[in-house]
Amino acid sequence: MTFDAWLPALILFSSLIPGLLIFFLDEERHRLRTALNLAGAALKLVLVGWMIWGVFHDHAYLSRLTLLPGLDLVLEADALSVLFVALSTVLWLVTTVYAIGYLEHSPHRSRFFGFFSLCVSATVGIALAGNLVTFLVFYELLTLATFPLVAHRGTADSMRGAKVYLTYTVAGGAVLLVGVAWLSAIAGPVEFTEGGALDAVAGRYRSELTVIFVLLIGGLGVKAALIPLHGWLPQAMVAPAPVSALLHAVAVVKAGAFGIVRVVYDVYGVDLAADLGVLGPLAVLAGATIVYGSVRALAQDGLKKRLAYSTVSQVSYIALGTAIFGPVASIGGIVHLVHQGVMKITLFFCAGNLAETLGIHNVSEMRGCARRMPLTMAAFTVGALGMIGVPPVAGFVTKWYLGTGAVAAGSDWVLLVLAASSLLNAAYFLPILYTAWFREPAGEWPDEQPRGRFEAPLMLLVPALVTAVLSVAAGLLAAAPFSPLEWAKLIAAREYGL
Amino acid sequence: MIGLADLALLPWVVALPLGGAVLSFVLRTRAPFVGLVTALATAAAGLLLAAQVLAAGVQRHLVGGWGAPLGIDLQADGLSALMVAMTAVVGLGVSVYGSAYFAGGNEDTAHQRAYFWPLWLLLWTALNALFVTADAFNAYVTLELLGLSAVALVALAATPAALTGAMRYLLVGLLGSLLYLLGVGLLYGAAATLDLQQLAQAPLSGRVAAVALAAITAGLVLKTALFPFHFWLPPAHASAPAPVSAVLSALVVKASFYLLLRFWFFVAPELASAVLTTGLGLLGAAAVLWGGLRALTAERLKLVVAYSTVAQIGYLFLVFPLGLGQPEGFTAWGGAALLVLAHATAKAAMFLSAGVILKAAAHDGVSGIDGTAQALPVTIFAFALAGVSLIGLPPTGGFAAKWLLLNSALASGQWWWALVLIAGSLLAAAYTFRVLAHAFTRLPGDPPPCVRSRRLEWSALALAATALALGFVATDVLELLRVGAPVQGPVLMERAP
Repeated sequence: MTFDAWLPALILFSSLIPGLLIFFLDEERHRLRTALNLAGAALKLVLVGWMIWGVFHDHAYLSRLTLLPGLDLVLEADALSVLFVALSTVLWLVTTVYAIGYLEHSPHRSRFFGFFSLCVSATVGIALAGNLVTFLVFYELLTLATFPLVAHRGTADSMRGAKVYLTYTVAGGAVLLVGVAWLSAIAGPVEFTEGGALDAVAGRYRSELTVIFVLLIGGLGVKAALIPLHGWLPQAMVAPAPVSALLHAVAVVKAGAFGIVRVVYDVYGVDLAADLGVLGPLAVLAGATIVYGSVRALAQDGLKKRLAYSTVSQVSYIALGTAIFGPVASIGGIVHLVHQGVMKITLFFCAGNLAETLGIHNVSEMRGCARRMPLTMAAFTVGALGMIGVPPVAGFVTKWYLGTGAVAAGSDWVLLVLAASSLLNAAYFLPILYTAWFREPAGEWPDEQPRGRFEAPLMLLVPALVTAVLSVAAGLLAAAPFSPLEWAKLIAAREYGL
Repeated sequence: MIGLADLALLPWVVALPLGGAVLSFVLRTRAPFVGLVTALATAAAGLLLAAQVLAAGVQRHLVGGWGAPLGIDLQADGLSALMVAMTAVVGLGVSVYGSAYFAGGNEDTAHQRAYFWPLWLLLWTALNALFVTADAFNAYVTLELLGLSAVALVALAATPAALTGAMRYLLVGLLGSLLYLLGVGLLYGAAATLDLQQLAQAPLSGRVAAVALAAITAGLVLKTALFPFHFWLPPAHASAPAPVSAVLSALVVKASFYLLLRFWFFVAPELASAVLTTGLGLLGAAAVLWGGLRALTAERLKLVVAYSTVAQIGYLFLVFPLGLGQPEGFTAWGGAALLVLAHATAKAAMFLSAGVILKAAAHDGVSGIDGTAQALPVTIFAFALAGVSLIGLPPTGGFAAKWLLLNSALASGQWWWALVLIAGSLLAAAYTFRVLAHAFTRLPGDPPPCVRSRRLEWSALALAATALALGFVATDVLELLRVGAPVQGPVLMERAP
């Protein structure tokens, strides 16, 4: 075996093995646990960097494990998987630092960080999956690894949230399983192939392939929070802040969105999908989700709930870009995988900071909080402006490519969706910013912690600032080599065979 | 040097546990030690037998050198070897667990300890003998031995519920074996032999053979607790001591199912009609749904686990419509065999961890285990891992098994069985996480005090990990199953265009 055949597996193991070790650590082994976490995250970062370089130069990395004859677990690096792996690796490192700071004194840290690492391993597995079965395996594993994280606090509220989360995701997983099994029964093992993997059977099974597409998207749509399957997401807000951050930015909703991208581009192929007539309904569904999520976000007073509905809306940009036939819109959808991740994780870090330092949970309590926590609110502002689509933050790049791509594809109605969504985004984010920066504080904060040297513990503050800087950088340096946008262009070129 | 192929292992897998049973009965005070040593030796012999069959093909041993039809033969093909190996792994785990479970100073446990070992080793003898016998009447003898030792083990708990459960179990078991005996007698009248291989070659047809197979099937279905004949299983399995529950659910019900496979797939596949295969499949589907629903609503923790067995048995019967008489039946055959193994390890792990949990719980209801996740993380992890395999989530053995059954259903165009599989998985997810949700619920104050025993906790975890590992060695399992398999075909099917 060469190193190339081990690299994808090593990237998986770099979080899996620390995770498993952490389960068996005593609660009090704080330093060892932190060292394991950070060493795993750093190692993964190095390995992923290596892989990016290789994939850019058309190098192939593939690990294969045969479970049954005709059923292989395949981990493989292509341009799309590298994008997602890089995102999750960077954000895992940042979130781990945040989580260590956040959970400093709470019980069950070993359990938490064990499942946390499992969750990232599952995400990396989803990113690197080289065929549909491998994707399914890690998709289900992700469900299992996140359940204990959502339920972590063990209170009646979090148990209820976790139960709703599990009901949705397990049911979605079952639907996905049916789709995958059905597809495998007519087409054999489905390897992800740029341009589509179903050419051999496309002629014979048109109607069945359409039904299977609906099943696959239905199963994936649960995690991607497409309406009407989004109900779990606001409920899952009971999780601790680092979990919400990871859930919304990298792990769960992204896994669903990434799966949709995979199914459309690398299973069906965008040509076959367009030919079957399934892209139009998907685009409409995504558009409806974008508007619906924004409207619901308007009415929420709970900060995390408002952010959750905002996620419902923003993640569907990815599905929307995927469903519009044409490379420009595809670039917009794919690049939003990264952009939404960086911006949303910033917002959640800041929300967690506010809750931990001042006890603020609701928008109505935020009056003047920027005076007390200027850096946190500055980061929050960057994220919020990015969500609205204000240049030069990354969100603008997404909306630009989605809009021009939609016009190029003749789907002018998408412009209306984008405009409405941006207006609504502004309507629910700008009041927050106004309240925080320009209104007088009401007096006492709900639950203020004694102030240290900085406005908040450093381990909570720095991650938020780092991701805020990344959000701006992704927008400002969009034309630089190896920026998310350039990489998304590379992917789109390969998918469309340009 | 003697190679693996030259070892006469077949008599040993029966003789070792039998000797251990006698010895542990005589040396009462040293029973746990004798039991553990015997368990190790028997397990080693069983696993070696599997390796031997894989390497050298079907093994046959003529007891006393007589040979059929006069003497009694022992035979191990791929299916038998798998069953013996399964018994070895589960048996070893349960023995380690049992050695710690019945420890303790009071009179009750001393009594239980003294009788557990001889009875359990006798039960192991019966299982192994049943799996390797080549003779239909001998199978009856082992079936009775199995039933009687199982009933005695249930009664070990000595609670009123256990005694009632044991009594019902005894009566149903006797009725089942008598029906089986009736069928075997009729077969002997029709074919003048009891050797299974010779029966398979004999031209079985006509009314007598049909009645004989019907009686055998009815008896074995009753003993396997297929819906609606499952009524005796939950009280018996739920009221027995934890290691006994594990053995009953994991292994004992598989014995009669194994005989069903023997008769329908090897002896008389030509007698199977569409009514029979569909009928058994439908009863299996009903079992999956009913067992799942009852598990979801059951009040007591062990009843949840017991009803889950009812549901999982239902899946096994899908092998009849999907595999019997199908040109490419191996997919379903492999799926059913893998499911037998996956369920055995996972369910044993689940009952064993339930035993640990209940020692710490406030009461034996599902809500009584609130907060135990804090006190017993390893055990809850074992329970969850076992549940994951029962649900059929990847990458466990349960997933590999269900994937094969799903593939078989979809590729052969019988998609309705796929719906049963999925519905069953959803129910399994619901009842597993119902238990876990209670375990994770945090109670105010400190976690409940409990006795932590590493041997109890880790033997349960080891079995759960085996269920997980099965997913990674499924290829080897299927290769062993190919040895002397009654159905052919590729592992995974593709729909013919």
